Amino acid sequence: MAKIEFEVPALAEDSYTEVPAIKPGAMSHLKSFIAPQAPQEFLGYPWDLAPDWKERAIGRMGEHLKKYRGLRVFMDACVHCGACTDKCHYYLGTSDPNNMPVARQELMRKVYRRYFTLGGKIAPWLVGAEDLTKETLDKWYSYYHQCSECRRCSVFCPYGIDTAEITMAGREILNYVGMGQKYSSEILGKVQKIGNNLGLPGPALEDTLLGMEEDMEDETGVPVKIPLDVKGAEVLLVTPSADFFSEPHVESLIGYAKVFHSLGVSWTLSSHASEAGNFGLFNGNYETMRKVAMRIRDAALELGVKRIIVGECGHAWRVAYAFWNTLTGIGYGGDDKFSQMLQKQLDDRYPQPSHICEFTWEHIQNGALKFDKEANDHRIITYHDSCNVARASRMGNMPGGQFIIPRSIIKAVANNFYDMAPDTVFESTFCCGGGGGMLTDDLIEARVKGALPRMNALNDVVQKHDVNFMATICAICKAQFTKVLPFYKFDMSMVGGVHQLVGTAIKLG
Amino acid sequence: MTTLTVFYIGLFYIAAIIFFGGLAYRIYEYSRTPAPLNIPTTPAPTTAGGVVVRMAREVVLFESLFKSNKWIWVFGWLFHVGMAVVLLRHFRYFQEPVWFWVEFIQPYGKYASFAMVAGLAGLWARRFMVDRVRYISTPSDHLMLALLLGIALSGMMMTFVAHTDIVALKAFALGLLTFDWHPLPADPVLLAHLTLVAVLMIIFPVSKLLHAPGIFFSPSRNQVDNPRDRRHIAPWAQALERDNA
Repeated sequence: MAKIEFEVPALAEDSYTEVPAIKPGAMSHLKSFIAPQAPQEFLGYPWDLAPDWKERAIGRMGEHLKKYRGLRVFMDACVHCGACTDKCHYYLGTSDPNNMPVARQELMRKVYRRYFTLGGKIAPWLVGAEDLTKETLDKWYSYYHQCSECRRCSVFCPYGIDTAEITMAGREILNYVGMGQKYSSEILGKVQKIGNNLGLPGPALEDTLLGMEEDMEDETGVPVKIPLDVKGAEVLLVTPSADFFSEPHVESLIGYAKVFHSLGVSWTLSSHASEAGNFGLFNGNYETMRKVAMRIRDAALELGVKRIIVGECGHAWRVAYAFWNTLTGIGYGGDDKFSQMLQKQLDDRYPQPSHICEFTWEHIQNGALKFDKEANDHRIITYHDSCNVARASRMGNMPGGQFIIPRSIIKAVANNFYDMAPDTVFESTFCCGGGGGMLTDDLIEARVKGALPRMNALNDVVQKHDVNFMATICAICKAQFTKVLPFYKFDMSMVGGVHQLVGTAIKLG
Repeated sequence: MTTLTVFYIGLFYIAAIIFFGGLAYRIYEYSRTPAPLNIPTTPAPTTAGGVVVRMAREVVLFESLFKSNKWIWVFGWLFHVGMAVVLLRHFRYFQEPVWFWVEFIQPYGKYASFAMVAGLAGLWARRFMVDRVRYISTPSDHLMLALLLGIALSGMMMTFVAHTDIVALKAFALGLLTFDWHPLPADPVLLAHLTLVAVLMIIFPVSKLLHAPGIFFSPSRNQVDNPRDRRHIAPWAQALERDNA
């Protein structure tokens, strides 16, 4: 691991994170490791800048502008009003003005203006247009990897400009000219070759699950199973691979298993699709994202399941909820061959796909699940809304169900719950600081500093209510907080899953 | 017909062609660019009717901006609403007889110009006083505010300080519409006002003023949150599926 040489920001007195004065260039030194040949070759990208990189980059930008209305409109619509300037957790934590959403967008917009607009072609100095130089490209690389694509800026922009869309396009263009990010590119290789982001092969996965079953039986005296590749099961559970062996992730997997066991619902994991995460979202390549999502369709058809349920993973839920129907036909309304096959096979009484929280909540409401809430009494709980769940998806029938359902589950299984300050949760939630392909040690400085607003909000409920557990439903949030909490003198085991709480309190059979 | 009149007749026809043609072209461009994925910023409406309401709240009340920053909201809203009323007031120069409601808003339109100027001044002050906004401001951002303030102040001069020959001006304006041209009064304040307006019309389709049509095409605001019930698929993505089937 790289040596850590930076100052950890000081916590505030209360939940409010002070907006800092700008410090230009404060984070310009940060550069994620560049992807080497092997993963780039697998993804069909170069791994070095070719002499014609500039033409390639501009050509690719032109393609993106024709393919994505969002990008096209967002390039034109910004008026530099400044509404977003104090909304990004990376700006609040680092003071680097290029981490203000508008400035991050502007890195691309300057180039857009120069090559695609009349004003930028004839009077670049007037409208803020700039040639695409190697220096600009390096800035893209640095600052498009200091964005977690969390969409907080898009909530507050009067035109809904979503920096995530620009970051995605920026990273795709960078990949296209040979500047991929090592972390994301390697993961995209592993998930496609082996089946999950951790590169855990089928037999190893089987062993791990067997071990967990034994542990659960030792602990509870009940033979709770974690089935793998069971044809004809009712439910296919697709969950982030961190759930198989990272702490505290495994605790949630145990929670899901206990829920299914209590209900007597047959379920299975798939070794082919042993990963809900889809880093194709992060680097903005539609085809890659589609290929990665396709594993789930293959597994669902192969195993003949009736329901597809997604585990606790933020960006995976975004891709599943919002994009699977488009990418693979999992959902309703499609009339192509695969959509039709899936609609025939899957049980149309349920939304497809469903979130594990939707499933658990449904059975809490109909009284099928019983809890001993006191089992969670040692915990004083708060809930961190994960960005992709909060601002890019939904649960249940009602807008905002993604906020209500997880909290309702927590309140049904535990007695002590306190929300963090209102401007740091729900749609205004602050990112954990490690999302969007940033969960790598080479970006630790941005991750620690970017966590500041969330740490301030957490500290506030710790001071006021002695909160000792922050529940969340995202594998990246869990891993990021486990790593970052100690920098702020919190105990790393403060973070955990909603189904960890469910698993603690559930009455088995 | 003086050279001056001929020049302004030409200027306004050119400005109108660029403004309406350019805007129509941009709207065509935006509408023809596919939105391949469902990306509304959630919580989002689950019905088309809900989207109409969301959009109306954004366009009329600037709801997201209100959540974001009360100062920008106050100045931005004052400016836009003031300008809207002032613009509606100007309908009377292009119609004979004047419609009832245009007649009705005349006094409000006169004073709405103060709101417009106050809003613009506030927005401009922020470009100097807030370090983050100063950092992102380009020369064209300042010039745009100068242009709008110039239009507002020259207009107010004619309303409140030195009236121009409004009868002759109306004849000129109506003449532009009916191709029955009349002379333009050679009042310097009026000429400045008209020149700035023409400049604004000409740069509209190639500048950040495109935020006006842009918001209606912003997928994070105009999409229905229904991806599990409807399959969104762009033509290029469908072609990709056929190739890789």
